[in-house]
Amino acid sequence: MSDLDSLEPRPATGQPVLSATHVTKQFRVSGGHITAVDDVSVDFHAGKVLAVVGESGSGKSTLARMLLRLMPVTSGTITYNGKDVTHIKGSELRGYWRDVQAVFQDPFSSFNQFYTVGQTLRRGMGSQGLEKETLDQLIETCLGYVGLKPADAVHKYPHQLSGGQRQRVMIARALMMNPKVLLADEATSMLDASLRVSALNVLQDLRANLGLTVLFITHDIGQACYLADEVVVMEHGLVVERGTTDAVIFEPKNDYTKRLLADVPDLKGSLKVRKDV
Amino acid sequence: MTNIQSAAVTAEAGGPLVPEGLPTEPQKAKPAWRSLNFGPRMWISLGIIGAVAALAFIGPLFYPYGPDQKVGSLYDSPSAEHILGTENFGYDVLAVLMASARNSLIIGLLAGTIAVLIGVAIGILAGYIGGWVEEALMGFTNIVLAIPSIVILILISISLQSTNVAFLKGVVGLALVIGITAWPWTARAVRAQASSVATREHIDVAKLSGARTPSIMVRDVLPYLASYAVMAWVLQLASAILAESTLSMLGLGPSGANSLGKQLFWALAFQAVATGAWWAFLPPTIVLTMISFGLLYLQSSLDEVFNPRLRRGKKKNLAKAAARREETARKLAEQNQRVEVTA
Repeated sequence: MSDLDSLEPRPATGQPVLSATHVTKQFRVSGGHITAVDDVSVDFHAGKVLAVVGESGSGKSTLARMLLRLMPVTSGTITYNGKDVTHIKGSELRGYWRDVQAVFQDPFSSFNQFYTVGQTLRRGMGSQGLEKETLDQLIETCLGYVGLKPADAVHKYPHQLSGGQRQRVMIARALMMNPKVLLADEATSMLDASLRVSALNVLQDLRANLGLTVLFITHDIGQACYLADEVVVMEHGLVVERGTTDAVIFEPKNDYTKRLLADVPDLKGSLKVRKDV
Repeated sequence: MTNIQSAAVTAEAGGPLVPEGLPTEPQKAKPAWRSLNFGPRMWISLGIIGAVAALAFIGPLFYPYGPDQKVGSLYDSPSAEHILGTENFGYDVLAVLMASARNSLIIGLLAGTIAVLIGVAIGILAGYIGGWVEEALMGFTNIVLAIPSIVILILISISLQSTNVAFLKGVVGLALVIGITAWPWTARAVRAQASSVATREHIDVAKLSGARTPSIMVRDVLPYLASYAVMAWVLQLASAILAESTLSMLGLGPSGANSLGKQLFWALAFQAVATGAWWAFLPPTIVLTMISFGLLYLQSSLDEVFNPRLRRGKKKNLAKAAARREETARKLAEQNQRVEVTA
């Protein structure tokens, strides 16, 4: 990606952009190993939001890190646009990271605290050879998508921003790369309630306006239902239920899903209202 | 009535918005040096090191005698002309002490810097890259640690004495020898920190931004280790000066140059202790002690600067702040009472 025109909506083709096939991750511990992700297969379709839901320790973040190639898989395959990317390295991996971006849980530790927002945003574009004016315009566009003005952000250090602003800058940073897939790993869990809704709306807008494929990882099934087209429920490293958001909410088959739903007050009513609107 | 309401009533009545006795002018900004949060220990250590540095670098500019100028005979007692007397060759002890302190500081600076550069480079490589690179580098570090460094220092120093390269026999050569044998502890400490920093989310973000490994190590890992590197450098400086003294006292000091250790070597060789010529061995010992103490004290006070939880006097400051808050609240309450009575 090298120009502003590339921040245009992409048509949803219905084909899987990113797939994990029989992916397993085991960690060595004293006296054996633990399986964090156990034979999981998921497909991410273009222009759709897939939510992975589960409690802490269910393996959802490990799955995300494997999909991002920040962590090697123990077995299984990760495919991007039909190409096996499970073991790519070097420039191929950097190319993959241009297309598959992420926003992480902690909006403060995601920043290098020694650099300003402007330096953080420009960093990803260092190898693109863009002129300063083009780069500044791109920064303005990306910050604009997340509701920030460059004058209010680019010269500031992370500690000078609020939690919500930091997370918005992180989304803008990901957008600078013009990704095709955005993984949001508990991206709203450290924000307070008002900021959380606004961050969810930013993700919603990105999907609607840019056609981004979004993988939304959360422990909050309420947020997942607010945002996602499909929901995958994980427990102890296994996928225990998957389906469209409506199917998972209104006709849950698994006891664990039912328990998660029971923890969210009046979710079905809220969803009906949203869909009616 | 709340404080805000009462203040508003006062303002409407034409009275002062800020209760009497409270500061109305904005407080002046602190000078830049105060924002560094240097405690008294830092100033004491900087004072000691500054005094030695002044003696070493500024003193010779004003002192009438040079270190190579013979001004008397063996161990002349201190006098008005020669404050610290003369040493075994008849040179002025204070003039030699100034030159020795300068050379010892230069050796310490060079050796400490070399050791920290090597240690930080190896530590970051091992800690960030991990895997077999970490195993290999830490294995090598442990081997170097296992060999007594004094033995290596002596062996290399002896071999340098017979080399034809002139600069290796002098101050630079000695600093090189000390530097290349002193890095392992720094490497181990930095490796532990680097492997912790490597797991932080900003490193993942840097990777996703397309940054290459060397760029991540320099821009994303190194700044987080800067405080450790600075403290390690201060410690290395002190230990390098002591190592130089040890080698010099064994007769392996810099060729053709003075140093604190060499002063002690000649004092011992010419029976200064037995003959009671304290001015030959006591001044270099005191300067050595001042340098070591100053640097170690500086290192511990740097710990306070980088880690605010260790700062002393914090409780005292908190108590003062609490007292100020109480005083402000009391004055506000009095003001409220007066406003209510008036109403």
